[in-house]
Amino acid sequence: MREKVFPAVDSALDEVLAFTEEELSGCPPKFVMQVSVAIEEMFVNVAHYAYPDKRGEVRYSIEREGNRVTFRLADSGIPFNPLSKPDPDVTLSAEQRQIGGLGIYMMKKTMDEADYVYKDGENILTMKKHF
Amino acid sequence: MTINENRESDKLTVILEGRLDTTTAPELEKYFGEKLEGVNQLTLDMEKLEYISSAGLRVLLAVHKKMSKLGGLTLINVGSGVMEIFEITGFSDILNIE
Repeated sequence: MREKVFPAVDSALDEVLAFTEEELSGCPPKFVMQVSVAIEEMFVNVAHYAYPDKRGEVRYSIEREGNRVTFRLADSGIPFNPLSKPDPDVTLSAEQRQIGGLGIYMMKKTMDEADYVYKDGENILTMKKHF
Repeated sequence: MTINENRESDKLTVILEGRLDTTTAPELEKYFGEKLEGVNQLTLDMEKLEYISSAGLRVLLAVHKKMSKLGGLTLINVGSGVMEIFEITGFSDILNIE
């Protein structure tokens, strides 16, 4: 298991994704792409919403066991369960579409499993995917 | 992400290369804000686009809406990874993909 701490800002995204790709080297390209999208969406949400008053951090860990990978994102920002957000209606026309909520939905659809807990002052999102 | 273009009177073909994510989407948004003057037909060649996240989808939705009024937007050579993202999010039904 490897863990890294990143500042919760958009400008850290490139490093977050580089860390992801490094840890997933040798995995199928589509797997890496879908994981990266899910991680980007959740990381950016923390960067945008979790710490309204201060600079915060995200603890990001990746654990590989054969073809199964577990990802964990933890932040000590505002308590928020992303899995409780209702899915957007993806059948709406262009005029009616909202972009809000789409990131969480994309994570739910690309990861095999997602769990949330609030523990010891941290929002902890655990996601799993296998290839 | 690299943006290359091919303009022939009112037709513009934009070739995207790399990743369209939170970091690079503003660049494409700015490009579309500046370069669509007099364009009635916009084609996006997606062959070399390897990655798209919701930030990218937001920019595509906005330019799709803009071009719906002016003429049209067509996406060509969409790779399977990006196509899957379009399908998951319903964007394959909204966008004109050839």
